[in-house]
This record gives sequence, structure tokens and C-alpha cells, in this order.
Amino acid sequence: MEYGFTTAAYVVAAVLFILSLGGLSGQESAKRAVWYGIAGMALAVFATLIGPGSGLWLLSLLLIAGGGAIGVVVAKRVQMTEMPQLVAAMHSLVGLAAVFVGFNAHFELGRVLAMDETAREALEGFAAVLAHKDGVEQSILRVELFLGIFIGAVTFTGSVVAFGKLAGKVTSAATKLPGGHLLNAGAAVLSLLCLIWYFNTGGFFPLFVMTLAGLFIGYHLIMGIGGADMPVVVSMLNSYSGWAAAAIGFSLGNDLLIVVGALVGSSGAILSYIMCKAMNRSFISVILGGFGGPAGEQMAVEGEQVAIDADGVAATLEDADSVIIVPGYGMAVAQAQQNVAELTRRLRAKGKEVRFGIHPVAGRLPGHMNVLLAEAKVPYDIVLEMDEINDDFPETDVVIVIGSNDIVNPAAQEDPNSPIAGMPVLEVWKAKTVFVSKRGQGTGYSGIENPLFYKENTRMFFGDAKKSLDDLLTRIS
Amino acid sequence: MKIGSPREVFPGEARVAMTPDSARALQKLGYACAIESGAGKAAGFSDAAYADAGVEVLGSAEELFAASDIIAKVRPPTDTEVGLLSDDKTLISFFYPASNEALMEAAKEKGASVIAMDMVPRISRAQKMDALSSMANIAGYRAVIEAGNNFGRFFTGQVTAAGKVPPAKVLIVGAGVAGLAAIGTSTSLGAITYAFDVRPEVAEQIESMGAEFVYLDFEEEQTDGAATGGYAAPSSPEFRLKQLEKFRELAPEMDIVITTALIPNRDAPVLWTKDMVEMMKPGSVIVDLAAERGGNCELTVKDEKIVTDNGVTIVGYTDFPSRMAAQSSTLYATNIRHMMTDLTPEKDGQVNHNMEDDVIRGATITHEGAITFPPPPPKIQAIAAQKKKEPAKELTREEKLELEKQAFKAQTRQQVTLLVIGAALILGVGLVAPASFMQHFIVFVLAIFVGFQVIWNVSHALHTPLMAVTNAISSIIILGALMQIGSGSFLVILLAALSVFMAGINIFGGFLVTRRMLAMFQKS
Repeated sequence: MEYGFTTAAYVVAAVLFILSLGGLSGQESAKRAVWYGIAGMALAVFATLIGPGSGLWLLSLLLIAGGGAIGVVVAKRVQMTEMPQLVAAMHSLVGLAAVFVGFNAHFELGRVLAMDETAREALEGFAAVLAHKDGVEQSILRVELFLGIFIGAVTFTGSVVAFGKLAGKVTSAATKLPGGHLLNAGAAVLSLLCLIWYFNTGGFFPLFVMTLAGLFIGYHLIMGIGGADMPVVVSMLNSYSGWAAAAIGFSLGNDLLIVVGALVGSSGAILSYIMCKAMNRSFISVILGGFGGPAGEQMAVEGEQVAIDADGVAATLEDADSVIIVPGYGMAVAQAQQNVAELTRRLRAKGKEVRFGIHPVAGRLPGHMNVLLAEAKVPYDIVLEMDEINDDFPETDVVIVIGSNDIVNPAAQEDPNSPIAGMPVLEVWKAKTVFVSKRGQGTGYSGIENPLFYKENTRMFFGDAKKSLDDLLTRIS
Repeated sequence: MKIGSPREVFPGEARVAMTPDSARALQKLGYACAIESGAGKAAGFSDAAYADAGVEVLGSAEELFAASDIIAKVRPPTDTEVGLLSDDKTLISFFYPASNEALMEAAKEKGASVIAMDMVPRISRAQKMDALSSMANIAGYRAVIEAGNNFGRFFTGQVTAAGKVPPAKVLIVGAGVAGLAAIGTSTSLGAITYAFDVRPEVAEQIESMGAEFVYLDFEEEQTDGAATGGYAAPSSPEFRLKQLEKFRELAPEMDIVITTALIPNRDAPVLWTKDMVEMMKPGSVIVDLAAERGGNCELTVKDEKIVTDNGVTIVGYTDFPSRMAAQSSTLYATNIRHMMTDLTPEKDGQVNHNMEDDVIRGATITHEGAITFPPPPPKIQAIAAQKKKEPAKELTREEKLELEKQAFKAQTRQQVTLLVIGAALILGVGLVAPASFMQHFIVFVLAIFVGFQVIWNVSHALHTPLMAVTNAISSIIILGALMQIGSGSFLVILLAALSVFMAGINIFGGFLVTRRMLAMFQKS
């Protein structure tokens, strides 16, 4: 088949992918946008299969079908609360595939260079593309595939570790090997040396050493980042998987790979930026892991926590006209979203105004809470962003905080010495009454006291979020 | 101790300070009850009904005063009644001490304790004994009924087979307790109701009752009711002029006007002047609830109903509560009972006249041979003062433009800097890299650019689906593997095959999971 046709198909596919991302600006258009993405992918695969260089159609199709079957089963079975793990796991596959494809490119290059002129002329497909490259182009190719493999390796181990942390298989605390970030820096320098080495010799060994270094960096970097920073990590890995694809695209001379890689890469970068902004932290400080120490004497927390039982909460809700629910990671952990939704339905049936306030970094994945609430059939038009709802708290009768802590911490605004000072937070304490559903008296991820719990209008509703809400639901008809 | 209620001697007064129901409750506090024969007749309570409730029915006022330790009345006592008091008796009634000084002096001479029901302070705790409010509530209701009685049309608009009836338009001036009650009655009868008050903070209450607040565009520090215990204060001459101007504008449209504007211890302000009455349509009705103190309407004649030359009826009755004696007696008797409950903390039938208590102290005007009026201000503020809202500093047009200009300049500078740096970098690459690389590079840069433009528009709520879908499409890496799988050695085929397999998982898994998530997002 003609090369021209493949390129044309790629153009159409690229447009479809762009539309697919652009469609996510609204809930309704998003449903259509997924189909654009699927169509784009189908077209791209089809065009490549009939295009130059590919062979073993049957094997390819069988493999795609086999992988697809696994993908379908996983996608059907996965719980919405496990979404962060799933996304991380899938990033790791992209990373590993990028490493393999990069290696292949290296092997092919070696094979082609070993041939004589006549043999080269007889080549077709990818090998033919390689055969027509001159010296400078080959050098550039080496750099490109080197980068592709490096980013792919970091993405691979990084995603595996992120998956482990999100799935609770690896401790979610920030842990580092002795030497800390010096090890990462060392590995990065080693990789750079390997690049120069590889650039000059073209041997496999430097490539291999660099791969190991990349795998180590991915592992160690993500191990050093705590659980609550995972939204940033996951979107960062998302970005990396895109850049890896783009780098491979360069080395293969495939424009569609470059376009899609760049789209995904910039998407992940923007998500990381939004998440960092929402935590008022720089990207670097998140990557370096953990919170810094307090900048000075922190304000002492005065008062005491006042506990309340389900009866008290039910009675207050009975009298309230407007309710805002602020969910956090705790809701996901306790799998309480169905109960929250049921509570919402009952309160709304009584004519009360119920809304949700979602902080950008609530949960372990950008938009995590939205997905959980959507799963529980909470209508999305009552689920609002922080900026949309923050001004409404003073006119609200009751705020129910379920499993969130740092994102509702007034210290961010009141105490300039707090480690989270300046982080945008949901101003729940301005409401008439605040109920906090929480397992115990512990602190949040940042490890700092939350003065909200000690405020006069705050009542602590201790216990597992799901059990507490079950209790509450028996008292609200 | 014994509580007794005499028959009201004021002409036309139909109320009574004790009902059979309130008597039963008073007995539970440990008191014995007595009533003058025929006292409840005008309000619909027979002597027999009182006797059934265990109340002693006595033949004359003298007998009752002699037998009772506490005398509960409605109207202020007459001179004769004051003469019957002695130093061991307590009188509870309306008294209006500020305008009845001679009477107060006489009561003091007798040594009796007098509790004036009209002096109960306006604090939350005392609402249950606030007889002024309970009477005003009745007056407001009755004012609308009285107006309807004299008004020749429906309140509510109707479209009938016999023709269309427009709804009546009612203006209520003064949104105190009586005004609010009148608003409630008028709106529930179906009239279009407007209401006016000098206190801006009651606008919300007016609107909550279903009337429209007549907004006065006036640039002055309007008095806040909080400073005067919830009552209106006199307004400035400028304000008054503006107000009258507004009323003049409304007068021709209104069918019924109910005025309830009173300022404590002053003559009622004249708000509805002669020329406004003349502007009104024939058949219109004015009910002046302030007639007792001279009236809000210039033409009001106290205690009478008059019809002006242009056919406007002006009702100046002052006995609205008395016209609903059964209702008002029930409420007043309950107010009295609550007062007794506060006076009898032990429920032992003995009065404990605690002058430390804000409510009792405030209502007591003579005690132990001394005049205790006026009382000191209550310890608790009646109504929390409304915080003056600090208006955001209005920027002038020039300042705004200047700010916008600066922001625009800063943005331009930033963008240009970025563009220059970006262009320089690309040019730098172009100098060393061959043309074939630059072709791909241009595609790459443009794709990043498109990506940035597109992703910023993705809504926050869809970030998880975004990640899933970018995940799915990043398995475009499958193209690389597919291109390699056909050519080369076994190792290459193996690695490419593995890549195809993994990317296959990703493509299907990613798209499916995205679809699953998006299908869950539902509108309410």
C-alpha cells in the first residue's frame, strides 16, 4: 500500500485524537469524544498494518485481540475507587513498551548498518527508512531512541511503584534509600555519561546501563513521594509516557506518534501544574517528596474537639436548609460514596439544597472524587469546584466533611508559619455548623494539627465514614 | 395567693384578662383564681365556664379587689380601681406609664406593685409575655378584615364567566408586628401587597411574608431598629419628604392603605396627607391603626369611620383587639399566665418579685412604695446590631482601564518573551539539525501547542477520564511496534510482539474504562 495513504490516515487520526481531548471540556460532549478517540486509534492501527514495514499480520492481530481481551476484563471489573491504581498500572505498560520499541530501533539500526549497499536497497519498511539516513541523522536517531528508552524506563518503574502505593501493596509513606536524592542525581549523571558513550560508539552496553539507571530513578523517585502527593505523581507519569512515545516517534520518523505523544505529554504536564497549584507547592518540592519543616512557631490550637453522635447530626440536618458535603480520600478508603449519595438523595427529597465542594487535590487522582460521586449517581451539576463554592459557605447551614483534612484546614489562611500556609482551601469553617466524619483524632497527610476540629461550630463525628453514614441514614427517612 | 380579674369598665372594651383555660394553668402554678361576674361575657366566656374551671365567681369589683392578692386587668386602671389597691396587692395590666403619670403616682401612694404589660422588654426570652405584640398581631389581622368589610370588591383577582376582576392593591405602611400580620392576611386573601418601613433591615421580613418592599432611594444613614429595641425611630425631614413623595406616587394606584407607623412615646407621624387621600379612587379604604395617637392619616377621626367627599372610607377605630375579644382575650390571658410563671419560679403560688430579673424589672413601674419607671436598659441587647457592610472600593472607570491596560501589557510582555525564547531555541536547533529532523520537530512543537490549548479547557470534574483517555491514546506506541514486528531478527520480533500485546491491553482497557466513567456522569 502507498505510503501516502498511511500519512493521510495519520492526519485524520491526529485530528480525531485532538477532538477527543477537546471534547472533555463538558460531560455531555465527553461521551462523544471517547468515540473519536476509539475511531482515531482504530484508523491508526489499520493504516499502520497495511502500511509499509509491517508484517506478520495474523500475529499482530492475535496479540492485539489477546491484550484487548485482558484490557476489557480489567476495565469491566475495576472498582471506581481503584481507578488511581489502574491508571498507574497502565502507564507502566506504555513505559515498558517504549523501552522495547527503543531497543528494537537500536537493533535494527545495527543490522542495517552491517549490510552492504545492495542489501540496503532491497530493504523495505522501517529498515528502509533507517537505511536512507546519513551520518548526522543516525546520530540524532541515537539520541532520540536513547531518550525514549530512558523516559520509558523511568515511567515503567515509577508507575509500578505508584501502583503499589495506591493499591496499598507498598507503604505509602515517603521512604528513601540512604543517600536520598544524591542517588537519583548520580543515576542521572550516569545516564548522561552513557548517552555520550553511546553517541560515540553505538554499542548496546551503554544503552543497557542507562536503562538500568532509568529504572532505578523511576523506582527511587516515586518511593520518596508520599501518598497524598499521588495526584501529582500520576499526572506526571502520564506526561512522561507521552514524552516517551514522542521520543520514539522521532526515532521511528512517525509523525502520528510524535503528535499523540506531545498531546499526552502536555496534558499530563498541565494536570501536574494544576495539582501543584492547588497545593500551593512547587513541582520540584513535590518531586523531592515530603513536606518541609514549619517556617517558624506555629499558632497553638485552642479549644477542644467536641464529639457528636448520629442523633445529633440527624437533628441538625433536619433543621438545615442548605448542606455542602466535602469529601476526601477518606470517603474513597471507606467506600462510603454510595452512602453519601443516599444521604444526598434523602436530603434533596426533603427539599434541602445539597451540594458538593471538591478540592482539586481531594483523593489520589485528579478528579477522583467526581468519578466516585458520579459512580454513586450523584448528579454532576451539584458537584462544584472549590472556586465555585467557596463564597457560599457563610450562607450554608451545615457542612459535612467526610474523610478530608488538609484541604479544609483553616491554618492555611490563618497561620503564616504553617507548612501549608497559602494553600487554597475550602472555607468550611465559615458555615453555621461543620460536621467532620473522621476515623480518629489523628492529623492529616501533612502531619499538622487542623484547627478546624477545635472550632466552636465544629462537631466531630468519629468513626469509619461508611459505618457513621449507615448509622445516620437509619435516622433520616 | 389569689389572682382575680375584674370586668373591664372602659366603654366598649370586650376583652378579659383571664380565660377558663388560663385559669386552669394558673391553678397549676399554685394560685387560686377569682373573676368578677360577667367579666368574660363580652368575649364569649360565661360565668359557668369559669366556675367549671374552678374559678371563684364574685359579685362585684370591690369584692374581687378585696379578695385578690394579684389583680390582672387589660386596660389601665380607673381612679376608682386604683383606690381599691393596697400595699399588699399587685396589679398587672396595660398602663402606658409615660403618659399616665398621675395614675402611676396614685398607685405608688397606695403602695401597690404595678406590672405594666406594655413595658415588657423586647428580648427573646420575654416574647411569650409580650402582650403588645400579641395585640398588634390581632390588630393587623383585623385591620385587613375591617378594610375588606368596607371595600366593595374582591381582594383576589379572578377571571369569571361574568367578567374579569382585577386584584386589589394593598399598601401597608410600617412593618412592625401589626404590619407584618396585615401583610400576611392581605397576601393570603390574594391581594397584591406592598409594604413600606423606614427600617431597611425589615425588607427581608416583608418579602418573606409575600409582599413587595417599597424601596426608597435615599442616600442617608438609615436608622437601624437594633438601637431602639426593635422600634422605629423618627426620621430626618429630608427622608420624610422623600417618603411622602413616594407615597404620592403610589396613592392613585392603591385600593387599600393600612398605616401602622408608631414611634414609642410620640404622636403618630403623619404619612398619608390630605392630598394623597384626594388622589385615591372612590371606594378605596384607609385603615389607620395609629388613630389612638392622632393617626398616620391627616383626615383620621379617632374611633370613627368617615367617608370623604371623594368616596374614600377612613377607618379610625382604636379597639381592633377588642373587636376580636375571644381571640385577644385568649392571647392576653396567656401572656399574663407566662408573666405569672416568671413571677412564680417555685410554682408554689407565692409571688417572688425578683427585681434582678431583666423582664420583671423592666415591666415593674411601682414597687414597695416607689416609682421604678423608667427602668434601666436591659442587660441583653434586644436585637443584634446589623453589621454595616463595607462596600468594596469602587474603582473609577479610569482606574479600571488603567489596571486592564497594565494587565494587558504584562501579558503581552510575557507572551512575547516566551515566543522569542521559543523561536530562538527552535532556530538554534534548526542550525545544527538536518531538514528531515526539523520536519518532525515542527510537528512536535505544533502538537504540544495544540495540546496546551485543548487541555486547559478540560473541566476539573473530568480529570480522571482525561487521564484514562490519554492513557489509552498514549498506547499509540503500538504503531512503532507494528512497524518493527515485520522486519528483523527473532529478538526484535519478540520485543515488538510483547509491546503490541501490552499496548493492546492499554487501548481496550483505557477506552472502556473511560466510557464507563463518563456514562456515570448524570445531570440531576
